[in-house]
Amino acid sequence: MAITLTVNGAAREVDAPPDMPLLWVLRDLLGLTGTKYGCGVAQCRACTVHVDGEAVQSCQLPVSAAAGKSVTTIEGLGAPKLHVLQEAWLAEDVAQCGWCQPGQLMSAAALLARNSAPTDDDIDLAMSGNICRCGTYNRIRRAIKRAAGVPDAGGTP
Amino acid sequence: MNRRTFLQVGVSGAGGLLIAFTVGCKDKDAPAPAPAPTPGTGDAPAPARPAGADLNAWIRIDPDDTVTMLVPEAEMGQGIHTGVAMILAEELDADWATVRAEHAPADGAKYGRQSTGGSTSTRGNWDALRAAGATARAMLIAAAAQQWSVPAAELTTEPGAVVHAASKRRARYGELAAAAAKLPPPAPDTITPRAPGTYRLIGKPTKRLDQRPKITGAATYGLDVRLPGMLFAVVARPPVVGGKLVKFDGTAARAIPGVKDVLQIPTGVAVVATSTWAALKGREALSVTWDDGAHAALTSEQISKTLRDLAPGGVTVKQQGDAPDAVKRARTKLAAAYEVPYLAHVTMEPLNATCDVEDGRCTLWVGTQTPSGCQKTAAEILAIPPEQVTVHSTFLGGGFGRRSQTDYVAEAVHVARSMKGPVQLVWTREDDTRGGFYRPAALSLCEGALDADGWPTAWVQRIAAPSILERFGPLEGGVDATAVEGVENLPYALPHLLVTYARPDLPISTWFWRSVGSSQNAWSTECFLDELARAGGKDPLEVRRRLLKDKPRHLAVLEAAAARAGWGAPLPEGRARGLAVHESFGSVVAEVAVVSIDAGAPRVHRVTCAIDCGTAVNPAQIEAQMESGILYGLSAALHGAIHLDGGKVRESNFHDYPVVRMREAPRIDTVIVASTDPPGGVGEPSTPPVAPAVCNALLALTGKPVRALPIRLG
Repeated sequence: MAITLTVNGAAREVDAPPDMPLLWVLRDLLGLTGTKYGCGVAQCRACTVHVDGEAVQSCQLPVSAAAGKSVTTIEGLGAPKLHVLQEAWLAEDVAQCGWCQPGQLMSAAALLARNSAPTDDDIDLAMSGNICRCGTYNRIRRAIKRAAGVPDAGGTP
Repeated sequence: MNRRTFLQVGVSGAGGLLIAFTVGCKDKDAPAPAPAPTPGTGDAPAPARPAGADLNAWIRIDPDDTVTMLVPEAEMGQGIHTGVAMILAEELDADWATVRAEHAPADGAKYGRQSTGGSTSTRGNWDALRAAGATARAMLIAAAAQQWSVPAAELTTEPGAVVHAASKRRARYGELAAAAAKLPPPAPDTITPRAPGTYRLIGKPTKRLDQRPKITGAATYGLDVRLPGMLFAVVARPPVVGGKLVKFDGTAARAIPGVKDVLQIPTGVAVVATSTWAALKGREALSVTWDDGAHAALTSEQISKTLRDLAPGGVTVKQQGDAPDAVKRARTKLAAAYEVPYLAHVTMEPLNATCDVEDGRCTLWVGTQTPSGCQKTAAEILAIPPEQVTVHSTFLGGGFGRRSQTDYVAEAVHVARSMKGPVQLVWTREDDTRGGFYRPAALSLCEGALDADGWPTAWVQRIAAPSILERFGPLEGGVDATAVEGVENLPYALPHLLVTYARPDLPISTWFWRSVGSSQNAWSTECFLDELARAGGKDPLEVRRRLLKDKPRHLAVLEAAAARAGWGAPLPEGRARGLAVHESFGSVVAEVAVVSIDAGAPRVHRVTCAIDCGTAVNPAQIEAQMESGILYGLSAALHGAIHLDGGKVRESNFHDYPVVRMREAPRIDTVIVASTDPPGGVGEPSTPPVAPAVCNALLALTGKPVRALPIRLG
């Protein structure tokens, strides 16, 4: 069935079964492959996008639930110019394999939007849903603080 | 074939590069290969540039001065594209701002065997890469010498240009490349790589070349390949190890909108559809009858019992003195059994491959550690020459050894040969977790003896572990070299040492997993040493200093890590430090972990790491790899276990195969020990020491040893 939604500021109409998760609509029907598949069961958050400004696991959201809503993906986060978090990611040279990083960035962007000066505990809480197998967590933490202008004390002994 | 032979194949493949380099230059009149396509619709198309000149198999220089390093090694996160480009650029004297890197296509004539693993990419290609960079620089100089009619000896380079000081002439590499590519390469004995003291790029912390596309969503991984008319496929496989398909009914699956075909392939039943989602729905709708085969009752408990039954009767791997006798006679002795489970690799990007078979040709788009293996696999299935198989390597969303297998590529070829147009074969996370290649389970029965002063004098380690290498052919002397690595070459000066190995016959497919046998052997040896130190009333650092007095590299990293971590200094209440040191892949790493116990589980606050990896090509990426390897090893130490129940893998996804998350991740400090030796490996060596460092901290904290992984505090 035809479903209309706004993706990165542009109206898109897709012909998809209503239960198809937004993840596969973005990746397979719209060709927006920046949003990643990692688990399919909301365990890794590689698929995180923003729907009406909220961080959402797109592998769990039927596309019918996104109808008429505004979806932002990693391709839209840094357009036309890089998001302050992406600049911080560059400065901390965060990504290794990089597969999880779009989801990490979308989660971090949602965190900064509601908390401009996150503490270590805030970051643990907001970011522990996102899995990284390359172990970039320390750099992600530093990059979020860099973007927020919060000094990083470097942990405890 | 043992692990060393396996690695040497890779190294000799690299050695073949120099020969291939000459061959490549014979093709100087051939048009430059087209740039690798960048499929994926989320990315803006790259602006067209004039064709560049290939100075050799690795280096292409465009008229606009862009230097493209064609890297035959897989970029799976370890930063190898940046590292290889730095080595080439150092000797080429390239302007780093103009350097980019891309995956070279699979091309045995140019690159020999292309397979990335064993932390060999830098150490195995160090000499060849420096020679290639220096040779290309000499060709650019020769081209300028011809143009200016001056002796080449009067010319030198500055980053990105050849200069003639006497006449103040200067030509950019982009201006010279086309002419240089037509010249014969100079004789290898006329090429001298730079001396270590003169490096401009090597040793300088350098940011990754692939960072930006990876944080904007523009980078193309295997699963991101999008081609016109492409279909998606998933496969239903036997749930029981060694099971087989009896029959299937695809009627209900074919009724799912978007499903195009249901077909049998050697590993199961494939459902092909217009989207991944439709393929998954189709697979759910399949009706399949499996023959569970001979292993339908297999459990982890049985596997554990098999290891325990076999371990005492292994073949001798290493013998010095008479360790069993020394243990028997000792007043103070200790026995301990250390056991680890099977582990899955769990790359963040699930396995996938995209394949198009048409008119006797096969094209693959795949994130792989082995382009050569993909080529061979596809050629064998299709009964065509390997040259008829084109492999476009994409970025890998993690490899960790898993992507040096080609099972998932074979499935893509089998499906694509039956379909018109390209097919992307997708493994779900569940398929991946249950997908049949695992780090072997292993058991070590250790016995040790102390002298009257409490210093260790004798060590017996009897290992039982399924073999990885037996799939390559008969084991030399009945020993799988990977199963005993790190024990066979135990670094400690002990008068008595006995190491044995027993190979169980188990149906679980095993494979290289980041750091391979060292992943379990560093844990058993370093934990047992701490147990011996404790039995003798010795400090863990002190006992290692004494037993490593003839091992300067071990001592250096040990002292560096201990000093940086403040070994012996007070810690907050409830925390303790643990230490471990291990040599693997040509590097030596020591780690100190600070651990407490929080709600009955270990909490790792900080890991201090020191590495001697010889020449540090890119200190920034070495630090990143230390962090990466430590957290990979910590995931296994705290959580990792694949269990068998009724012949089926119990775990399926991140909820029951957990990995370390942000809140569990310790802070990590890295010290790189200065060295001008040739480079050692970096991608794997930080993984082995973390589990024993954590367990040794728990021993210090609780007085109780940890003898099974993952850690479960009783």
